Amino acid sequence: MITVLRAGPLTTVQDLGRPGWAHLGVPRSGALDAPALGLANRFVGNPDDAAGLETTLLGCTLRFAAPALVAVTGALAAIDVDQRPVERPGGCQLFEVPAGGVVDIGPAIRGVRSYLAVAGGIVVEPVLGSRSTDTLSGLGPDRLTDGAVLPVGTATGAPAVGEPARIGGEFVLGLRRGPRDDWCDLTGLFGTPYTIGPLSNRIGTRLAGTALTRAKAGELPSEGVVLGAVQVPADGRPIVFLADHPTTGGYPVIGVVDDVTPLAQARPGTTVRFRELD
Amino acid sequence: MKIRRVGASGLLIECPDADRVEDWRAELWRRRETGELRVTEIVPGALTVLLDGVAPGTEALLTAWEPAPGERRTGGPVVKIPTVFDGADLDSVAALWRVTPDETVRRLTETRLTVAFSGFAPGFAYLRGFPDDWAVPRLDAPRPRVPVGSVALAGGWAGIYPTASPGGWRLVGTTDQTLFDVRREQPALLTPGTRVRLVAK
Repeated sequence: MITVLRAGPLTTVQDLGRPGWAHLGVPRSGALDAPALGLANRFVGNPDDAAGLETTLLGCTLRFAAPALVAVTGALAAIDVDQRPVERPGGCQLFEVPAGGVVDIGPAIRGVRSYLAVAGGIVVEPVLGSRSTDTLSGLGPDRLTDGAVLPVGTATGAPAVGEPARIGGEFVLGLRRGPRDDWCDLTGLFGTPYTIGPLSNRIGTRLAGTALTRAKAGELPSEGVVLGAVQVPADGRPIVFLADHPTTGGYPVIGVVDDVTPLAQARPGTTVRFRELD
Repeated sequence: MKIRRVGASGLLIECPDADRVEDWRAELWRRRETGELRVTEIVPGALTVLLDGVAPGTEALLTAWEPAPGERRTGGPVVKIPTVFDGADLDSVAALWRVTPDETVRRLTETRLTVAFSGFAPGFAYLRGFPDDWAVPRLDAPRPRVPVGSVALAGGWAGIYPTASPGGWRLVGTTDQTLFDVRREQPALLTPGTRVRLVAK
């Protein structure tokens, strides 16, 4: 059992989400940096779809009732166990926590979201096959609050090793045009730098920079949208949809980003560019 | 039929009207059931069907699968929604339609509705069936909180709020039916293709 001592600004339970329900208006949700969660799970011997915690910028503080094997990946942050710093060999923190031990994930030094996996996983009640908190629809467990309690499952697998992804550097997003690229003049999109906007969240990354000129005004009849869809609202400033995105929308999607993982770790103010694929 | 690519593993089928959307949705759900179509999501929209997470080569299959109009529109059971027509905007809808409130309720209860697609919130179904000239504009300012079970109109659609939420649709009534419950095997009461009748309670 884990007791939340400091929840941080937005810490949620996340697994790989609940794809397959979009026709009912249910977002996919799931960890924004899924490879980082998967890596943390492998380090502690969990299957890839076990649920862990996703922190946002300022980390969180947790007390473990029972001894536990814990891994933290994703955003680089200082980690203390009972106020003693944990070493960080190879960019991943894997450590034992004694009964009653307190783990503190500090503010992110690089990146945005850290992922904590505990051997056995976090076993809150699944909703439609997933334990993920969906910040758009409210499905899944509540976001963590101070004093909340999280159940931990029974450890099963053998810990494995893996290579953490490097976070930071230049963000270049591969983009395939369509389905509605005829709704905007895209000449300015490729090569022009954009900046991650401050209102970005788990639903989407808002980009500041050159507004795209709409070739057609108004809205489309609502249609299904996918993870990584780049939607252009009336003001011309693109939004890249992330895991908690709505399942249908009426603004044109001019392209789809092939891998949104870097956006999970891109801080507001970071520069991103688009590179055309195909 | 036109097929547009959506990223590396998505396809968007464009349809000339909502009936064709329904034909395609039903056809694709059936092909998935038989194992011919491997796909993560089949998401109908107002004039499109999105396939997300398809295997390479699916586009060619779609061309061969084009359903005959109405072929799969078998009907199925009608879900009746007991409704109290006490909505705060019933009079404004009546005024827009230039009929009495009683006639408004008669129209609402006599129209055969079908779920076109879902969105906005889990279990929120866009119901079609009204003639085009019954379309009503959204409210100028959305309400900060629309109560759960509100039966409402906007554009040419009817919809029922599965949970309390902000909303700009015109409220014509309320129902006590549970639209979405994650503990049910079928969590949504109204799924795409379902036929619906509003019944005055």
